[in-house]
Amino acid sequence: MRWCGPSGRRADPALLENLVLQALSGLASASSLFLVASGLTVIFGVSRIVNFAHGSLYMLGAYLAWTLVTNLPRGHLGFWGGVLGAALLVGLIGLVVEVLLLRRIYRAPELFQLLATFGVVLIVQDLALLAWGPQDLLGPRAPGLRGSIEILGLRFPLYELFLIGVGPVVLGLLLLLFHRTRWGTLVRAATQDREMVGALGVNQRMLFTSVFFLGSVLAGLGGALQLPRESVNLHMDLSIIAEAFVVVVVGGLGSLSGAALAALLIGELHAFGILVFPKITLVLVFLVMAVVLVVRPHGLLGRPAAAAHGAGAAEPPIGPAPRPLKLAGGAALALALLLPPFAGNYALTVLTDIAIFVLFAASLHLIMGPGGMASFGHAAYFGLGAYGAALAAQWLGASMLGGLVLAPFVAGLFGLLFGWFCVRLSGVYSAMLTLAFAQIAWSVAFQWVELTGGDNGILGVWPDAWAAGKLTYYYLALALCLGSTLLLRRIIHAPFGYALRAQRDSVLRAEAIGIDAFRIRWLGFTLAAAAAGIAGGLFAYGKGSVFPTTMAISRSVDALLMVLLGGVQTLSGPIIGALAFTGLQEQLVRITDLWRLVLGSVIVVLVLFFPQGLAGAARTAWERRHGDT
Amino acid sequence: MATLEVEALEKRFGGVQAVRGVSFAIRPGEMLALIGPNGAGKSTCFNMLNGQLRPDAGRVRLKGRDITGMAPRRVWRLGVGRTFQITATFGSMTVRENVQMALLSHHRRLMRLWRPVARMDASAADALLARLGMAEQAGRPCGILAYGDLKRVELAIALANDPALLLMDEPTAGMAPQERVGLMALTADIARERGIAVLFTEHDMDVVFSHADRILVLDRGTLIAEGAPAAVRADPRVREVYLGSGNMMSPGQGGH
Ligand SMILES: Nc1ncnc2c1ncn2[C@@H]1O[C@H](COP(=O)(O)OP(=O)(O)OP(=O)(O)O)[C@@H](O)[C@H]1O
Ligand SMILES: [Mg+2]
Repeated sequence: MRWCGPSGRRADPALLENLVLQALSGLASASSLFLVASGLTVIFGVSRIVNFAHGSLYMLGAYLAWTLVTNLPRGHLGFWGGVLGAALLVGLIGLVVEVLLLRRIYRAPELFQLLATFGVVLIVQDLALLAWGPQDLLGPRAPGLRGSIEILGLRFPLYELFLIGVGPVVLGLLLLLFHRTRWGTLVRAATQDREMVGALGVNQRMLFTSVFFLGSVLAGLGGALQLPRESVNLHMDLSIIAEAFVVVVVGGLGSLSGAALAALLIGELHAFGILVFPKITLVLVFLVMAVVLVVRPHGLLGRPAAAAHGAGAAEPPIGPAPRPLKLAGGAALALALLLPPFAGNYALTVLTDIAIFVLFAASLHLIMGPGGMASFGHAAYFGLGAYGAALAAQWLGASMLGGLVLAPFVAGLFGLLFGWFCVRLSGVYSAMLTLAFAQIAWSVAFQWVELTGGDNGILGVWPDAWAAGKLTYYYLALALCLGSTLLLRRIIHAPFGYALRAQRDSVLRAEAIGIDAFRIRWLGFTLAAAAAGIAGGLFAYGKGSVFPTTMAISRSVDALLMVLLGGVQTLSGPIIGALAFTGLQEQLVRITDLWRLVLGSVIVVLVLFFPQGLAGAARTAWERRHGDT
Repeated sequence: MATLEVEALEKRFGGVQAVRGVSFAIRPGEMLALIGPNGAGKSTCFNMLNGQLRPDAGRVRLKGRDITGMAPRRVWRLGVGRTFQITATFGSMTVRENVQMALLSHHRRLMRLWRPVARMDASAADALLARLGMAEQAGRPCGILAYGDLKRVELAIALANDPALLLMDEPTAGMAPQERVGLMALTADIARERGIAVLFTEHDMDVVFSHADRILVLDRGTLIAEGAPAAVRADPRVREVYLGSGNMMSPGQGGH
C-alpha cells in the first residue's frame, strides 16, 4: 500500500501530536501526487489527450532512477544526479512517444487517443519487465536524508519532510515558467483556445512536443523521488494513474493550481482517512471525487472546455447488415453451435468467456456508440452482476437461475443510481465519474470483508446440477449472451436507440423536438448496466467464484479495448472486438510471455492505421469495392 | 386570439444588453419577419421564445398560456416548431429518419424498445418531405447533405408536430436566390393552409419584402419599427440603421 502514515513509529502519542504528524505525512503524499498530476494536467490542457501512459512514465522514472543510482558512485552526486538524470531520460522517452504516436492522432476522437496511450502502457509494462525483471527493487535511501527528526516528541522521516518541500517548489517554478516566459504564455493560450494559437502562427508542433517533454519530466521526477520511499515494481503505473486522474479531475482538467489544491485534498484525505475511517480508505478518495464532480462538474478550478474537438466525420446511418456480414455472422453462429461438442474443457472455458465478453462489450457499446458517452468504469456493472449472483448464492442460498435473474437487476439498479450522476456530466469528466463509481464498488468488494470475503472473494458459486457440465454451461451462456446481444441490437434499431443517437448527434435538436436527452442517456446507461450484469452473473457461475478483480480498472479497460478495437460506429464492432481481443489475448498468453508487448503494439498500429476499428475498416473496404451505397 | 404574445422581453449577456423591451404578437397564418443588422438580437429573441434561453424579464404567451422560461422540449410539445440559424440535425440518420424522430416524439413513442424505426411513421415522414420537395433525398444521410437541403430538412422536422407557431432563424441562408424565394413561398402556403403563425428572420430583403405580411425591425436589442412592408421600407429610422450595412434595398444580398 502506498499510503502509509507514520503510525508504525508511534510511541504512545498524545492525540494532537499524532494528528500533526499525520497531516505532515499527508503533505508528503500530496507533494508526490502533485508532481505526477501537474504533468498530466499540463499535457491535457494543451493537447486534450487523456494520457493513460503518464503512469508508465512515472514507473519508468522510478526504474531508471534505480538503475542510475545503484550504478553511479554513492553520495550526493550519484543519488541526486541519478534522480534528475532519470527525470530527463523519461522526458526524452515522452518526447519520442509524442513524435512517433500522439502527434499523429491529435485530431482523432478522444477515445482513440486514450486507446493509443493504453497501448503504450502495455508496451512499457513488458519492456520494463524485460529490462528489470518481475521482482520488486529496493533503492537506497537519500544521502543526507536518511534519519528522522523529532517533531512534538514524535519521529518524522527527514525524506518525507524533504518531499513536502518539493511540491511547492515545483509548483512555484511551473507558475514562474507559465507566467513569466513567452513559452509559458503560449502554453496558457493554447490551454484556453487551441485554434487561437494556430492563428497566431505559433509553431504548434514544437509547442506540443515541448509541453509533452515537460509533463514527462515531471512524471519521471515524481517516480524517481519515490525510490527511497517504496519498492519499485511493475504495478506502479496503474496505481498512480488512477490517483493522478482523480487529482487532475478534482482540480479541474488543465488547471495547475487546481491540481495542487486537489493533491493537497487527496493527500490529507488519505492520511486522515486511515485514522477516521480505516475501513473505507479506498472508497473515500473516489467518494470525494464523485461529490466534487456532482457539485462542480468541471472540477474545483476547472473551466468548461471550449467546444469538444472534431469527433470526425458524421457516422453513417445504421441499416440492415450487408450480405457478407450476414454470411460471416451466420457462419460464426454455426461454428459456435456445432463445434463445442468436439472441443475440450479448456476450449469450452475460453468459448464461454468469449460469449460473456461479447455481451459485456455490446453493453458498453450501447453507451459509447449510440449513447455517445464514455465509460471508464463499465466493469462495475459486470462485477455487480457477478457479486449479485454470488452473494445471493452465498447468503440466500439462491439457485443459479435465481442468481442469474438477480444479476441484471442488481447491476441495473446501481446503473440507475450511478448513471443519474454520470450522464449529467460530459466528456472526460463523465468518464472519470464512471471510473470513480467503479472504484467505489471495487473498494467496497475489497474492504467489506464480512460480506464479500474481501480479497479472498466468494467461492463455491457453482451452477445448478443440470448445467454443471462445461458443455451445457457453454450453451446456456451462449444462449443468454447471444439473446441479450441481439436484444441490444434490436433496441438500437428501435425508437429508443434512435433517441439515444439523436441526443448524441445534436442535443440542441433533440431537445427542440421534445426529446429529454438526460432521461434517454440515463435509461441507456441503466440498460447497458443491466446487460453487463447478465454477463457478470454468467461469469460468476462459469468460474465458480467472484473476486474484486471482476470490477477492477483493468476489466473496464478490457471492455473499452474490445469496443474500440471493433469500432464504435458499427453494430458488429463490439462483437468482432470482443472476439478479436479475447482470442488474441488468450492465444498470446499461451505462446508468449510478452503478450502485453504484442497486444500493445497491435493496438497502437490499429489506432494509427485503422482509426475506425476492425469492423469499420472492413466496412469501408467493402463499400469501396462495391461503390457508394 | 393571437398565437403568440410577447411582452417586454429583456436579455442581457454580461455587459451586452442583447434584447431590450421587445413586445409583439402574431396571429394564426401570419408571416411575421424579424429583421435587423448582425448582432441586433434576433436569435436571442428566438431563443427566449422557444425556451432555449430564459428571459431576464418579460412574458411569452402561447395561445394565451404563459410559457416564459419553459424548457424547449415542453414548449415544443405545446406546438412550437423551430429551425436554427446554424442547422442542427441528426447527422448519423437519413433525412427520412430525422423527420421520423420528430413524428415519433410527437406521438410519444420514443421509449419503445422493440419495433424497428424503419417501420414507424415512415410514410408520414415521406409525405412531409414530398411536400417540401425533398422526396428524392429521403434516403440520404443528413451528414452529407448540402447546406440548403439541410435547411429544408429542418423545416420538415419543425412541421412534424403540427405546430401552431413556426420559428425560423434565417431559413434560407446558404441557398441560391431563386431557391430562397421558392422555399419561402412554399412556407407561406403551408402556413396559410394550416393556420400556422410564422416568425422568421432573414437577411435577404427580397425574401422579406415579398413574403412577410408584417415586419419588425430590431436594432441593438430594441424594436425600432413595426408594420406593413411598404411602411417599414419608407421608415427613415430603418433606412438609417441599414445605411451602413447597405443590404436593405439591394436584392440578392445577405445571408452569411
Ligand atoms: N450566449 C451568448 N453569450 C454572450 N453574448 C451573446 C450570446 N448570444 C448572443 N450574444 C450577444 O448578443 C447580441 C445579439 O446576438 P444575436 O445572436 O441575438 O444576434 P442576431 O441578431 O441573431 O445576429 P445575426 O444576424 O448575426 O445572427 C450580440 O452582441 C451577441 O454577441
Ligand atoms: Mg442570429
